[in-house]
Amino acid sequence: MVSFLLKDPTIRWATLGFLALAIVGTFLPSWILDNTMFGLARGLAVLGLLVLWRTGLISFGHAFYFGIGAYAVALIDRSAGVTDIFLRLAVAISAAMIVGFLVGFILRKYRGIFFAMLSLAFSMVLYGILVKIEALGSTDGFSVSATTVLGWTPQDKYTLFCIVIAVAVVSVCFVQYYLKTALGSLTTAIRDNELRVEYLGYSVSKAIHVKYVISAGLAGAAGAMLAMALGQVDPDSMVNWPVSGELVFITVMAGPGNVVAPFIGGVVFEFLRTYAFEWAPHAWQLIVGGTLLAIIFFLPYGLWSLIERIWTRQRG
Amino acid sequence: MQLAMTILLDGLSFASYLFIVSVGLTIVFGVMKILNVAHGGFYAWGAYCAAFSITLAGDNDYPDWVGFFLIAGSAMVVGLVLGVIIERLILRRMYEQDEVLIALATFGIFLVLEDLIILTFGVNPFFAYQPMAAMGNVMMAGIIRDVYSISLFALAIVVAFGCWWGLTRTKWGKLISMVIYDREISMAMGLNVSAIYLVIFVIGATLGALGGAYVSPTISVAPGFGIDVIVLSFAVVVIGGMGSIPGAIIGAFMVGLFRAIAVHLMPELELFVVFAVMAVVLIVRPEGLFAPAKARTI
Repeated sequence: MVSFLLKDPTIRWATLGFLALAIVGTFLPSWILDNTMFGLARGLAVLGLLVLWRTGLISFGHAFYFGIGAYAVALIDRSAGVTDIFLRLAVAISAAMIVGFLVGFILRKYRGIFFAMLSLAFSMVLYGILVKIEALGSTDGFSVSATTVLGWTPQDKYTLFCIVIAVAVVSVCFVQYYLKTALGSLTTAIRDNELRVEYLGYSVSKAIHVKYVISAGLAGAAGAMLAMALGQVDPDSMVNWPVSGELVFITVMAGPGNVVAPFIGGVVFEFLRTYAFEWAPHAWQLIVGGTLLAIIFFLPYGLWSLIERIWTRQRG
Repeated sequence: MQLAMTILLDGLSFASYLFIVSVGLTIVFGVMKILNVAHGGFYAWGAYCAAFSITLAGDNDYPDWVGFFLIAGSAMVVGLVLGVIIERLILRRMYEQDEVLIALATFGIFLVLEDLIILTFGVNPFFAYQPMAAMGNVMMAGIIRDVYSISLFALAIVVAFGCWWGLTRTKWGKLISMVIYDREISMAMGLNVSAIYLVIFVIGATLGALGGAYVSPTISVAPGFGIDVIVLSFAVVVIGGMGSIPGAIIGAFMVGLFRAIAVHLMPELELFVVFAVMAVVLIVRPEGLFAPAKARTI
């Protein structure tokens, strides 16, 4: 695995890019830092959706795992006072992966629209529970106390920013490695023709199950990071269906071309939203919807295909 | 006993309303294989146009019954205008694409329609109570009910009968069944499939708008109100089996009754019950209760 990671050009460039971002981060004003951090955190969940999207599966309910990650952080904070970032992340990711593993047994049988709608149903069940139960914070949610790093309480946002970047780098390496393994390289094959993949002797449902658990874990990590970055969890901005819709939107906007694309998409989305709220407060959905249509029609491989085009032109 | 009766009546009127909204969704899916998320936009537009015109008529001292014509009129205008524009300009270019991608495109259309409502009608809610007031109340089994929500049930029966009659007893209906069965063969036989698609999409859009328009007098019409209903009607359609009209009836009954039971006995489980039913049905019957199983393609 290590030798693969050292050789892979995507990993090399991505690590350099993230490092550069961490250095640039020291000079940035705090609102840009915040937005970039939210964007990168969302990018984690989108990376999970990308793993599914390459197989032709789209989940309209990934806010489910996003919410599980966020609420896991909030609940262990409230009940046990856990503030350490690594412990929080570990609990959030494992909670999301365990739930994803169980739900995966049901979802792995479905494709296309049914997969999308059944995921939506699961996320709405969670939303329905969270909104109505007082003990889980109801519609107001909880606040999350400040994050500590191995017993030390950082005074500014920059530390958290660096940790988000570190988590992003680790996830990018992991997903890139996974996509190159035998199981991961089935990704496109399954989209093209499931039956032939089974003739090769692989189990399609197992491969999809693994993808699903990976994407659940990434979405859980994203939810946890966002909960810590915002210092707050609530059902409407973490679990409700527009959150899933936004994640799907970023996935399509970023394009399936590369594992770094989700993070670029996430950051672009976050800034797009900030400016849209400032300039045209009632037209935010109009912008998102219009962009979605434009991308489907004119740029089916997303923003990444633009970057790729510029890249190849300069090289060749 | 009285509680049971209330639950039953509430469930029935909610089911009728869900059926009217979701039957358009299921027809469009059955014929065109499109999961039309923009249906929620048609619903909201129907409700807004109806509420706006009824309020306007009320302000100008027209009699209350004019409201019913305004409801029907808004549904038709919204269905025709939005349906034709969206089918011709956007969906037409996408029929060869993956169905998930088409669903995403309709999601984009939905978001655009939502904001166009705010830009057109503003953010203040409308209260179009006149048609409901015109009908008055009635005693049923010891409970006072408004006639309007009972008339919803009648409208649902009319819509269901209309769909059944249209699909099985008319020439157009037979041609539509042919397209559902095999699109390419129908084209080879000289059928104008693109015209049928347009007609079906407009009918679906009109039904969605009708659901919104008819329910608008009973609620305050405010931005974003269409979303919950649309997520619910997806549940209805998926439970019944996408593309099946009897399925939509059964799905609407199940969702309507379960929700009424939850609302009266355990209000905190309202949303949970609906989607739990949906998840259970899908686990037991992946294609929904009434849809035929699909063959795997090699």
